Amino acid sequence: MSLLELDDVSVTYRIASGEVPAVRGVSLTLEAGAALGVAGESGSGKSTLAMALLRLLPKDAKIGGRILLDGEDVLTMKWGRMRAVRWAEASIVFQGAQHGLNPVRRIGDQIAEPLLVHNLAKPDAARERVAELLDAVGLPAWRARSYPHELSGGQRQRVMIAMALACSPRLIIADEPTTALDVMVQAQVLSLIKNLVAERGISLIMISHDLSVLADVCDQLAVMYAGRVVEHGPSHEVFHDAKHPYSRALAAAFPTVGDPASRMAPKGLGGDPPDPMDLPGGCAFHPRCPVARDTCAELDVRLWPAGPGRTAACVHARVEEEVGS
Amino acid sequence: MTETSTATAPVGTAGATLLEARDLHVEFASRGRRARAVDGVNLAVGQGEIVALVGESGCGKTTLARTLLGLERPTSGEVRYDGASLDYTTKALRAYRRQVQLVLQDPTGSLNPRHTVYEAVAEGPRIHGLPDERDIVATALSRAGLRPPERFFQRYPHELSGGQRQRVVIAGALALNPKVLVADEPVASLDASVRGEILALLLRLREELGLSALVVTHDLGLAWNIADRVAVMYLGRIVESGPVEQVLTAPRHPYTQALLSVLPESPERIVLTGEPPDPTRIPAGCRFHARCHVLASGKAEEAGVAERCRTRLLDILPAVPDAQAACHYAETVS
Amino acid sequence: MTAVATARRKQALIRFWAGFRTHRGGVAGLAVLVVAVVLALIAPLFIDESVTSVIQNTGERWAAPSLSEPFGTDESGRSILLMVWWGSRTSLFIGFLAALLSIVIGLVVGITAGHFRGWVGAALMRVTDWFLVLPSLVTALVLAAILGGSTFTIIAAIGITTWPSTARLIRAQTLAVEARPYIERSKALGAGHWHITTRHVLPNVAPLLLASTTLEVASAIVTESTLAFLGVSSNRTSWGTMLRASYDWGAATQGAWWYILIPGLAILIVVMAFTLVGRALEAVLNPRLRRAA
Repeated sequence: MSLLELDDVSVTYRIASGEVPAVRGVSLTLEAGAALGVAGESGSGKSTLAMALLRLLPKDAKIGGRILLDGEDVLTMKWGRMRAVRWAEASIVFQGAQHGLNPVRRIGDQIAEPLLVHNLAKPDAARERVAELLDAVGLPAWRARSYPHELSGGQRQRVMIAMALACSPRLIIADEPTTALDVMVQAQVLSLIKNLVAERGISLIMISHDLSVLADVCDQLAVMYAGRVVEHGPSHEVFHDAKHPYSRALAAAFPTVGDPASRMAPKGLGGDPPDPMDLPGGCAFHPRCPVARDTCAELDVRLWPAGPGRTAACVHARVEEEVGS
Repeated sequence: MTETSTATAPVGTAGATLLEARDLHVEFASRGRRARAVDGVNLAVGQGEIVALVGESGCGKTTLARTLLGLERPTSGEVRYDGASLDYTTKALRAYRRQVQLVLQDPTGSLNPRHTVYEAVAEGPRIHGLPDERDIVATALSRAGLRPPERFFQRYPHELSGGQRQRVVIAGALALNPKVLVADEPVASLDASVRGEILALLLRLREELGLSALVVTHDLGLAWNIADRVAVMYLGRIVESGPVEQVLTAPRHPYTQALLSVLPESPERIVLTGEPPDPTRIPAGCRFHARCHVLASGKAEEAGVAERCRTRLLDILPAVPDAQAACHYAETVS
Repeated sequence: MTAVATARRKQALIRFWAGFRTHRGGVAGLAVLVVAVVLALIAPLFIDESVTSVIQNTGERWAAPSLSEPFGTDESGRSILLMVWWGSRTSLFIGFLAALLSIVIGLVVGITAGHFRGWVGAALMRVTDWFLVLPSLVTALVLAAILGGSTFTIIAAIGITTWPSTARLIRAQTLAVEARPYIERSKALGAGHWHITTRHVLPNVAPLLLASTTLEVASAIVTESTLAFLGVSSNRTSWGTMLRASYDWGAATQGAWWYILIPGLAILIVVMAFTLVGRALEAVLNPRLRRAA
């Protein structure tokens, strides 16, 4: 049984002028110890999906489908069980995490907080655990007495990772963990995440708009556009040989230095990410698609098989399965 | 503290040199000490050239950019435009603004949310009292890729997407018909799929208008995409510069090598430990030696330069178009 | 361009009114204020200065409210109703103008102190602090006593002693606005001090001021009444002078409750109305302020 299974998950926000479908029918699975990358840009629904996993969305968000964490449906859990699951079984490193620290409390207290809340340790034992965690993320133990403003961006991000590890969860959801960081610090943090995941067998869902980063850290990659998964497969394959035109555009957005093809040739996509309240008919990507056909505006696009272990929601990539297989 | 400086440094760029930093030093008072944000920089941007200024946060690239724009006064050294040193009187600065313009990182913050697109782009022409304001605004918006421009006149920034907002900011800069554009992380806040469009716009502006650009970024991929030359900054100094093809495929300075090695596709990862020290405590000798993997691995020792790395200051690099690196080891082995 | 810009402004005004309308307290307050101001303005059409004259009014003294005299009469036989009506002109006039003076001084000092940091800003803030700690009522009293009791000296006295809090507020907001990137962009485009303060800072600071102004007016009216009660007045009939007279002439011991209650109620109702409007304005404008920020 997989650790995490999303079955046709959809999230709709209710606002004054109607409903906003942020996530529309996403199905994914994650095995224990595996790393899944979710790629997408603003409006793709990726952060909404991450928050939905732990039911951290505001009250006016309607969640459909099933989210099975170790067989239990997160969406129908009782409140007490939900609280126990949060952080102890699955934790999140939030986007903009560097601002997610309370500026008037010391780092050590903030890392210890989930331990104390979940009654996993007495205050003294918690202090030792905090020192362990700081060491695991590469910070000296004396940092526990520092305040957030005394740390750099990269150091704060490490603190957030330490906090996420505090209760030894089985799943960590990292939402754009390195977006605001310098390349070197980003490399340090990614290297840290990779090691932790490998050493402790933690499953990881990493969300980013940078396909190259996801290809590096994760085993599987799912690309989201306008609330749906438009491509899924092993990360290196999806990155180097994307089947969906959007994935190809995303991959091309971060050129490989040294590749003459991208020298003086920046590749971008015209148009803008679609407004979830006003989605185009048929394939949501067709207005921006360089290879769109006339039928794409009406076609009911789904994730079709596009090769061994690969799926893509594009007519061009569709590989017919053999009858009888 | 005597830093070596270049008295009469040769300056050369592909076209005629337009914008130049000559032996520039910019210091700030920070927590009771002097922070040397820019600690001796020679940089030149030529006509029709796109130069990428690359470095991590705290290296002084933004301070350098702001000083080149005249928004910051140097502690010593000079900024030269079109052969003349920058005059800091109000009138002269204002005239300078018609030549060199700025595009900031965050397009949302760069636009006053209460002003319409028209008002935002017309701000520059209005300040300078240019005639035919409406034509100027329409032309600028078209050049920035927002067509038909009239459709955008009455929109507010929050009604536009990130890419469109950045185009409005670029249009605002273009409205003054500058010769040089200084762009500070122009695509960092934008969605990945939109980056290419904005970068392509910068290239197109160079082609159509002969616009030069100094792009400040931490993203080497961006430099590879659109820059002719690249200058790598570390702790207030340029440590390596030269044509992009050369520097980014065969870097000579260990810092550049490390930066390139952490890009996802590279074969060997050199992840530097720690973070750049702050500009109030610049190390002696080569400012990078504390984190240098060449020194740490013993290669510098073998080449006999380890002592130099630790104690001897390096010369400030001149603003020449050829590839060069400020590194004792690189000098010795080449 | 200006035609379409005007259309935009009108749209913004309509949106503002739609938001304001939802605050019932604010609407009620506004209604009361409109009535009060209209009454004050049309008063000369019905009555004139003579209602305050002790010579011309020879009605019954200390008369309790009745059908002929709804609010009763004072110690000289003057109609309280007519006096309150006539007095509203002075109270409101002084209140508005004093608040305006206070706001204008506070705005100029605040923006200047916020925009020019360095020694100009520091000097202005020290001056502001000095005025802030001066007990405003006492200072106003002294000023009014020195300058004499004309309407304009009272206005000056109140205005000069109440601007510091506005100045601090405006300065704080100016600092916040000037930290935003679009100010840097404006400088890069070549903008000078005037352009930045009037085109960027002022529009962002003005909404704050609108709510603050209504509360200042309320405060000024009370201050004027207090000054008048304490004997320093503009020698024109106002609600405050009526309260003073009621005290001087021992209305309480006479049992002439109407002499104390009516002017007091007038002050209370108008000040309440201003406060309700001010709070509704803050509620409507603040979210916009936050979002726009």
